[in-house]
Amino acid sequence: MDAKALSLPSRTLDNTRPSEVSRGATKQRKIARKLPVQKVWSTPTLIAIQVAILVGFLVLWEICADLKIIDPFFWSQPSAIWETLVIFLTQGDAFTDIAFTFRSTIFGFIIGTTGGALLGMSFWWSRNYAQTMQPYIVCLESIPKLALAPLIVLVFGMGLASKVAIATALTIIVATLTAYGGVQAVDKDQERLLYSLGASRWQVFTKLVVPSCIPWIISILRVNIGLALTGSIVGEFVSSQHGLGRTILYAGSTYEISLVWVAILILSALSMVMYVSVAWLEKVLRKGVVH
Amino acid sequence: MTAQPQLILEDVSMVFHGDGHAFTALAPIELEVPAGRFVSLIGPSGCGKSTIFNIAAGLQLPTTGKVIIGGEDATGIIGHVGYMLQKDLLLPWRTVLDNVALGMEIRGIPKSEARERALPLLHRYGLGGFEHRYPSALSGGMRQRAALLRTLLIDVDVILLDEPFGALDAQTKAHMQEWLLQLFHDFGRTVIFVTHDVEEAIFLSDDIYVMASRPGRIIEKMPIDLPRPRDRSVVSAPRFVAMKKYCLDLLYTVAIQSPEAAAA
Repeated sequence: MDAKALSLPSRTLDNTRPSEVSRGATKQRKIARKLPVQKVWSTPTLIAIQVAILVGFLVLWEICADLKIIDPFFWSQPSAIWETLVIFLTQGDAFTDIAFTFRSTIFGFIIGTTGGALLGMSFWWSRNYAQTMQPYIVCLESIPKLALAPLIVLVFGMGLASKVAIATALTIIVATLTAYGGVQAVDKDQERLLYSLGASRWQVFTKLVVPSCIPWIISILRVNIGLALTGSIVGEFVSSQHGLGRTILYAGSTYEISLVWVAILILSALSMVMYVSVAWLEKVLRKGVVH
Repeated sequence: MTAQPQLILEDVSMVFHGDGHAFTALAPIELEVPAGRFVSLIGPSGCGKSTIFNIAAGLQLPTTGKVIIGGEDATGIIGHVGYMLQKDLLLPWRTVLDNVALGMEIRGIPKSEARERALPLLHRYGLGGFEHRYPSALSGGMRQRAALLRTLLIDVDVILLDEPFGALDAQTKAHMQEWLLQLFHDFGRTVIFVTHDVEEAIFLSDDIYVMASRPGRIIEKMPIDLPRPRDRSVVSAPRFVAMKKYCLDLLYTVAIQSPEAAAA
């Protein structure tokens, strides 16, 4: 029986055998077609196509800007961006800015992730405590943390601390909720088994709860590194003396559009490097923990 | 057996109260298990086997009655018995050796010493060469072996096994039963074994308590007088077959009777 036969009115179905139904007025087509199979490109072909698209895009951008189809004052153009990049890296204080953003991101990432993981796992200790805290956690989760950025900068000052604080604020809640999810997923039978072996609460926590939460915590590393970077940049937007975020804001306000692009380019590269490192860290940790 | 009872359930019953109705999971029962005896509880699902198990393990407080283990009142107290379920509950991030040593570790034996003590047993009981593997690399039967060794390596006299081989295929199950008898012989612990497999119960036990449901209760105690050590060929012995038939008849007749008739 298939969909066509089943969609007949039920009256017909009541007094007809299924085989007769499928031999009804409209005849079903006999179907004999091959399973669709995609021809897969080889890796070099794939890479060549990807590079071609990028080059094509850059060339198109350059030409359009040259021919004034798009306004080079607002959009800049690849050649100008390249020149600015060389100047920024060789003459400007590029590395101070990169290091500043990098540092605040990493600190925020570490503090937020560790703090959140500990907070989330602490909810295992008492259901009353967890239930009491729940509305507050939900509130904190729903506050757009970035809206707090100006306040945080006021409290923590213009330096590194405020950027770390914003990055922490963004990452800590995610980490808390995820770790709490891990706590709730701890196998109750396993918990009882450990108690039956005579374990104390602390032993159950260290030997069962923490190890079973670790895969959950690992799974948020990649999300959190991105969030931490966002936090740092926003902190620098609000008020800062260094950092790639400040460079973008500064260049934008002085209409140095090429510099904006340069900073975005470097920021993306930085983000990619951090993402790849964290992905690698995740792989290593998973190998050590999950089997 | 002249030994003093190791485990006593005295007038133990369990009544659950849910949405206005009282549900008797277990009518008052008396159970005495002498030290070193292998006792099986057998019955249909809902007969209170697992309730007895949980009460004896101290995981559940009975509505009435007392649990006495080794002469001490152990009602609602954990840590007096070792137990094992159909799920092996091995910790996936620990090697087989560390899983087996877990119980000793929890009881305060240093990790290295616990490992040292567990290792020869892994070799003797069919897990040699797997000590540094993780549970995910083991077959179901192997995992159950590890789980049972973990239970046996803690210093308790009573071991509760809740359908430990229920999820295994027939052939592995047969192997595991023989293996369990070997361990029972070597370790000399008191075992309470929950199962719904009649043949398994007769093959392993000294006594079988046949149970019925609605309400959960013990309907008969069947002593199994087959000589030990037993090997697989015993299952075709006339005595074995007769006992199996008797036990099945008991379970079947009670199952088709209405609760009122059964209670009468």
